[in-house]
Amino acid sequence: MNTPDHLPRMDRRLAIQWMLSAAATLRVSNLGLPAADGDTAIKGKGYGPDPSMVKFYQPGDVWPLTLTEPQRHTARALCDVIMPADETSPSASMVGVPDFIDEWISAPYPAQAGDRRIVLEGLKWMDDEARRRFRAGFADLTHEQQTAICDDISNPVKAKPEHKKAAPFFKRYRDLTAGGYYTTPEGMKAIGYVGNMPAGTFEGPPMEALRHVGLV
Amino acid sequence: MPVITAAKLQESYDVIIVGSGAGGGQTAYTLTMEGVKVLVLEAGRSFDPASEVAMFQLPSQAPLRGVGTPDKQYGFHDCSINSGWDIPGEPYTNASPEPENQFRWWRQRMMGGRTNHWGRISLRNGPYDFKPRTRLGAGFDWPIGYEDVAPYYDKVEMLIGVFGANEGLENSPDSSPGVLLPAPKLRVGELYAQKHGRKVGAHIVSTHRAVLTRPLDAETLPAKLHPNNGKAQRILADNMRMRAQCFWATDCHRGCSIGANYDSQTVHLRPALATGNLDILPNTMAREVTMDQQGKATGITFMDKTTGREGHASGRVVVLAASSQESVRLLLNSKSGAFPNGLANSSGKVGKYITDSVSSSLGAHIPAFEGMPIHNEDGAGGPHAYVPWTMHDQNRKGELGFPGGYHLEFTSGRQMPSLTTLNGIDGFAGSNGVVFGKQLKENAQRFYGCNLGFGAQGTMLPNDGSFCELDPMLKDQWGIPVLRFHWKWTDFEFNQVRHHQQRIRELLEAMGGKVSRKADADVLKSMRPGGSVIHEVGGAIMGDDPGKSVTNQWSQAWDVKNLFLADGAPFASTADKNPTLTIMALAWRMADHLMDELKKGNL
Repeated sequence: MNTPDHLPRMDRRLAIQWMLSAAATLRVSNLGLPAADGDTAIKGKGYGPDPSMVKFYQPGDVWPLTLTEPQRHTARALCDVIMPADETSPSASMVGVPDFIDEWISAPYPAQAGDRRIVLEGLKWMDDEARRRFRAGFADLTHEQQTAICDDISNPVKAKPEHKKAAPFFKRYRDLTAGGYYTTPEGMKAIGYVGNMPAGTFEGPPMEALRHVGLV
Repeated sequence: MPVITAAKLQESYDVIIVGSGAGGGQTAYTLTMEGVKVLVLEAGRSFDPASEVAMFQLPSQAPLRGVGTPDKQYGFHDCSINSGWDIPGEPYTNASPEPENQFRWWRQRMMGGRTNHWGRISLRNGPYDFKPRTRLGAGFDWPIGYEDVAPYYDKVEMLIGVFGANEGLENSPDSSPGVLLPAPKLRVGELYAQKHGRKVGAHIVSTHRAVLTRPLDAETLPAKLHPNNGKAQRILADNMRMRAQCFWATDCHRGCSIGANYDSQTVHLRPALATGNLDILPNTMAREVTMDQQGKATGITFMDKTTGREGHASGRVVVLAASSQESVRLLLNSKSGAFPNGLANSSGKVGKYITDSVSSSLGAHIPAFEGMPIHNEDGAGGPHAYVPWTMHDQNRKGELGFPGGYHLEFTSGRQMPSLTTLNGIDGFAGSNGVVFGKQLKENAQRFYGCNLGFGAQGTMLPNDGSFCELDPMLKDQWGIPVLRFHWKWTDFEFNQVRHHQQRIRELLEAMGGKVSRKADADVLKSMRPGGSVIHEVGGAIMGDDPGKSVTNQWSQAWDVKNLFLADGAPFASTADKNPTLTIMALAWRMADHLMDELKKGNL
């Protein structure tokens, strides 16, 4: 155990760093999942090996969702910092990405189980960090304040010690948000996918595409 | 005669076929068109491609954006149901715990089998592929040559519809004139690779796939395929007219409700049912081939999965087409006084010499594709081009350290976005952080469609260490003993995979590609495990010597003259080509022989 007795022998700067990172570690590992009251258990079952493939599914159709309203509030806000609306395309929350993330972390499959903990702890971290720095929940911050927090945790290499633990969460949440977004009709339009349309003929690439890569 | 339940089984059939996929479907088609009364047993349920496949559904309309789960292992919209590497209640085992000795076994438990979920790549084996022992001093020569199978390749291609071009390549044969459907135009990435691949000697050509790029010629093809058989011609013409040409959208792995690509039900079983000569009994797990005192097969004992009751179907001839290893399992489980080690196994070779395609892959980011003008390149729902194996001189000189070769398959283009479409995007932009916000949207547009990769699939010759046997302890949920696999790679495969990796890297770099992965010093990290290409064949190989093979050149068991195999089990090796087209060609050839022998009273 480190005791205060050790501190005088440490370089002062090092000691402060140690205290900060220890505090950060404590904070992250203590937060997170609601207490062990059963809330964290996955309740639903999977869709089984023979689901209807043609049906249109909504999050919550197959297994129950997890997020509370305050958690959803934060989840929506973070989705929209990652994928904001612009002149030509909507934001992530406008096309149901927070619902998808809720579905994902609520899934009764092993590959999603790890993300459940990461996302639930991460959303709490975002709110705690927002309150610590700006005295309001993440969703109630200004865009600049939200971006400032995201900037701090968006680089796993350069992140300060107190931000390092939230960086993997941000990477994962960004990937889920972006993937969830670009798999919607609006997202496909935004990225420039114009297929999935039946046609009478296939004419190959247009001239401007061939020109773009120097083939004509 | 229709799709039936066990209660409706007829007293006896001419031929019982176990399995409804490429081999079983082709066999049923060939026999019923000529008036043979056939029963097909299928372990899975009936499945309607016209109404059950999800062609246009988006990932956002599926749970979890359609990613693979233990329930749907190739993704939610993939046309596989009740199928997978791991199926509850239907285990298999591996004898060794070592990762490099693992065999993975995909089972497709549905009507039409694996033909529902298939890339439709339909390459012919070439002359060299049948004679590896003579040419390369390794493996076994098949008892047949390309010239024996060529007429059947033509017939299968005319029946199922295969697009492609005759390129005049060494050991990647052309089809007869008029057989292939027109090859679709190549996509921009395929053309770009074709141009720049020349710098490193890669010869990129149109691939061959079982997709209709125009309607089948219902006026002339039926007479070519069924001369002097008016009924068969009418039925086939009707079936051809029910198939639409490709509408240039949707991934073929999802299945095809318009019948533009091949699956066994649409192309084989539907006309076979129309003859009135076919019963299909689904939900039926075959347990054992039954025998009489004279050493002839009498039928199949099965488990009716709908009732849990055992049943029996009787026939004059039995054809196993359950997938190579499932057919092997049936043989090994059919023990009797005459065959204490499993049926047709006097040679001890049942289960031996399993091979799979040798495979590895590599991808790159191609900067030249950044900011590509938006356009639709869905095309024929899969690749239009491939890189055939052309290094035959090096083979002849023995310079490569492995026999045979491999072809390369493309993954490229502006495909429908998936959950992982943006993987690697931060690196492309030179950022070591996690990009978000407006910048992420801009980067997504710029980098979408810039990934291009190649997957190699190559020759594997049989070795003594790759085989299966019955697990001494474990049984499945119906009490049927399961298979235990042994898998061994040899230096041939390791050397080939090193060659893949180097060759693909050269090709990608010739395109200016930035290859994301460093070369693995450990070749095992690059190569896909045994079985995982789902090209596993062998286990009941054909040969000239009854002491060293399980079947003769007609896929007819040496030991039991009225027992045949129609899946990949009789393959004496895996070529650098995908096996499905060859399975169908050999099944048609086998069925012709079977009918000759029936007529002669030899069975």
